[in-house]
Amino acid sequence: MSINVGILAIQGDVQENIDATKRAVTELGLDGNVIPVKTPEEISNLDGLIIPGGESTTIGHLSLVNSSLKKIKEKIEKGMPVLGICAGMIMLSKTASDRIIGKTDQPLLEFLDIKLERNSFGRQRDSFQADISMDSIDIPVFNGVFIRAPSVSDVGSGVQVLSKFNDKIIAVKQGNIIGTAFHPELTQDTSLHKYFVNLVSTSRN
Amino acid sequence: MLPLSGERSDAKGIVCDKSSSGDVLHGTSTLKRGFAHMLKNGVVMDVTNVEQAQIAEEAGAVSVMVLDKLPSDVRKAGGVARTASIRIIEEIMSSVTIPVMAKCRIGHVYEARVLEETNVDMIDESEVLTPADETHHIWKWDFTTPFVNGARSLAEALRRIEEGAAMIRTKGEPGTGNVAEAVTHIKKVNDELRAIKAIYDSGDNQDLVRMAREFKVSYDIVEETAKLGRLPVVNFAAGGIATPADAAYLMSLGCDGIFVGSGIFNATDAKERARSIVLATTFWNEPEKVKEAQKMIDERQSMLGLDVKTLELRMQERGSSA
Repeated sequence: MSINVGILAIQGDVQENIDATKRAVTELGLDGNVIPVKTPEEISNLDGLIIPGGESTTIGHLSLVNSSLKKIKEKIEKGMPVLGICAGMIMLSKTASDRIIGKTDQPLLEFLDIKLERNSFGRQRDSFQADISMDSIDIPVFNGVFIRAPSVSDVGSGVQVLSKFNDKIIAVKQGNIIGTAFHPELTQDTSLHKYFVNLVSTSRN
Repeated sequence: MLPLSGERSDAKGIVCDKSSSGDVLHGTSTLKRGFAHMLKNGVVMDVTNVEQAQIAEEAGAVSVMVLDKLPSDVRKAGGVARTASIRIIEEIMSSVTIPVMAKCRIGHVYEARVLEETNVDMIDESEVLTPADETHHIWKWDFTTPFVNGARSLAEALRRIEEGAAMIRTKGEPGTGNVAEAVTHIKKVNDELRAIKAIYDSGDNQDLVRMAREFKVSYDIVEETAKLGRLPVVNFAAGGIATPADAAYLMSLGCDGIFVGSGIFNATDAKERARSIVLATTFWNEPEKVKEAQKMIDERQSMLGLDVKTLELRMQERGSSA
């Protein structure tokens, strides 16, 4: 049976995630559909979802408009694996505040039991690329692309820390929910997308 | 994975910090172009003060562009239009969470330096302001901050990318509330992309070399672009967008997102208009939703607008020959 992986196509770098996920599916030799999703109907057929990078305030407000936020919530509650990248991780978090502005009033999915700091490394001039590691999921080296990236300042007991950079938490996993502060879809390395596709495939069986 | 054609490894804007965990790079093409990719399917709104910036953020804008005057007011005021007050840019940066952009004059290296030091997230080297150099644009590889530039044709777009622009937008005709020119520019770029893609697919390298000479850019960037069949950077629509239907139309022509200048804050229903243009940009391929967005605004409150044929000042021509 083929798996359906959706990329939330409200705003942000949707196409780059479609490309990376398609490559991951092919490299794993799996049978899978990778599709952009926007409506609750499209989301209801998914086995896994990626919430891509973009502006979290924009994605949040707009996914409220057509009730896709509610549908995503239902699916995650039923155990659907989800990968949140940068803005996507912000969307998945319970609380988010901006490094400068403080607490933000924005729609969140409130799953990841983490304290999240937006724009944690500074503005665009401070955006950076550096090698990081995610040993606990067998990815020893990964080139992290951090663009106005958030970080996690605190995690609850059910949350596994996958990676840190300069003492800041930059990747987490809680059950079938993964959040990263960096953008794996902007590199050639598909190892994180492969890890996620595998997770989707095994949780479906 | 990002297309990185035209990238320069010797770019002075790339800064390398050594840390205990290895090299930390800033200002690479991946980071600059990647930033622009995060704005896709979004709306960037021109603002002149904190209040407007907050309205834009609440409406769902992906970024705000700070100017001293909205483009239509620049037209009315005449004189020399320069970069915005740094104090206002800083006030806006400390009151919204979305990225903040600002404009500098074409070729004005030091307005750009000042904006980089202010820490804006992107610099627009813009024809809305009075050009400071008629023959040169800024060599943008020298900056860590990414740039966006306007273009009316594929040749102009590729010249700007070769100078280091991380994002392209149509020029349109700013401050007119008239989309006609933006439509012309995106269609021209699309036609020219189709033409070089066809040449690439036919395997006629001699003809690609001819195109590179005509465009006044290197063969490599023409070949890469022809192979991709699209610009190697994100391409937004700008210049004259005033309504949700305008935004949806330009998205349907293949633009990656929208810049709105005077169209929002020169209308008398700014809040509704900002929100409705965001909705129409997101759901452009669902006409029912675009209709709902269009219904949120009142045409009697749109900016009056200008017929492009009668204009004395055509901003789009600034910097085109270089």
